[in-house]
Amino acid sequence: MLDLRLYMAQRLSALVMTPLVLGHIAVMIYAIQGGLSTAEILGRTQGSLLWFLFYGAFVIAVSIHAAIGLRVIAHEWGGLKGRTLDGLMWAVGAGLLALGARAVLAVTLP
Amino acid sequence: MTTTPDTLRVTVQRGTAAALRRETFDVPAYENQTVLDVVTWIQQMADPTLSYRFACRVGMCGSCAMMVNGVPRWTCRTHVKKVAADGELDIAPLRNLPVIKDLAADMDPFFDKWVAAEARLHPSAGRDEAFDPVTSQEPARAEADLGIECINCGICYAACDTVAGNPDYLGPAALQRAWTLLNDSRDADRDGILAAVSGKGGCHNCHSMGSCAQYCPNDLNPMRAIAGLKRETVRAAWGRKRDA
Amino acid sequence: MKQPPRSHPLWLAFLLHRLSGLALALFLPVHLWLLSQAVTSPATLDGFLAFAEHPLVKLAEFGLVFLLAVHMGGGLRLLALEFLPWSDRHKTYAAAAIGAALFLSGTFFLRAI
Repeated sequence: MLDLRLYMAQRLSALVMTPLVLGHIAVMIYAIQGGLSTAEILGRTQGSLLWFLFYGAFVIAVSIHAAIGLRVIAHEWGGLKGRTLDGLMWAVGAGLLALGARAVLAVTLP
Repeated sequence: MTTTPDTLRVTVQRGTAAALRRETFDVPAYENQTVLDVVTWIQQMADPTLSYRFACRVGMCGSCAMMVNGVPRWTCRTHVKKVAADGELDIAPLRNLPVIKDLAADMDPFFDKWVAAEARLHPSAGRDEAFDPVTSQEPARAEADLGIECINCGICYAACDTVAGNPDYLGPAALQRAWTLLNDSRDADRDGILAAVSGKGGCHNCHSMGSCAQYCPNDLNPMRAIAGLKRETVRAAWGRKRDA
Repeated sequence: MKQPPRSHPLWLAFLLHRLSGLALALFLPVHLWLLSQAVTSPATLDGFLAFAEHPLVKLAEFGLVFLLAVHMGGGLRLLALEFLPWSDRHKTYAAAAIGAALFLSGTFFLRAI
């Protein structure tokens, strides 16, 4: 259920996410000590162009990656195909992108 | 020390797809005995209506593969002692293929995909012209040589869970054959092969779970060949973009 | 008919990659929705972050970090398998990916508790 185009989108988004995931894990390890609070998260991210670009890129890449990944699972394990399968992929991608954009804006807008 | 039981309890899948059933036979056990010997004994001595397929009996023709205790195997070179220490055998037709009758699987989808992958020679020269000499030193030739001992037995196809979940997937054997031709200097349709393995059921569906390599009776590695196809299709696509 | 046994390492690596990816994809909407509460409803987020102090939740977080790290490690292995010259050591690499993921998620867990 993957042609060359979807395959390349999957692998490219994976490649983009490699440094982002490492950065994300590093931030988690750094930030988790002593617990988290809304104020602490916002203090780090609010008004920061760097975090906006970092998590903005992350959200775009993960929306593509998860949509294609779920497409494969829905086909191989769920038996979905054709329009239903395409619809699921686009819905997952668009949904994650919308949720992600809202989250990134919420924590980075000044 | 293990003692060989006097008889084997052999369960065989019988019938056509419309009405599958399982029958159990007691087959005399011998010191040296292949799974194909067991199937043949049942047909000759117990039930002459049992259908199965074989030809060479020496691991060359690739026609006798079946599921043996759940594992796809070439039955002519599988010793009973190695796979059924407890004297119990469960024999069924190859997985991922339609059943014709009893142990004979319909190989049509397997070979149709072989053709769909352009896994056939596209000649670069006529019979009167000189052809490229094959030298094993050249890297592309060495890569092709790794895959040319395939006997089309269908074991990798039966072992592959991607085939099981995605009926359009061309499968390890056809894709490996396409890869050997892609690396063969005597094949003239590189673009045709790359296009054929890039469609909806193409090489990009492979998840590199490696069951093909795990169960190949000739120790080939279709997973490696398919990885090569992925790399070459991506390289060709980037090249086209740059040229455009 | 019985299914072929799949207890070989690369098949297990495939299964781990698929299940971790599936779990992350299901977790992600919750994660993103919670973060978006930071502005509209800080009390909701703070309420959740307080709940996250519970040891069992910490353990679940450790699991999530492990899934993220092991999906990344496994994915890098697949990229190497597909785009670098062939290597016969992929069973070792798969084990190394799990080891690295355990190290990263373990570090997180030790800092979290």
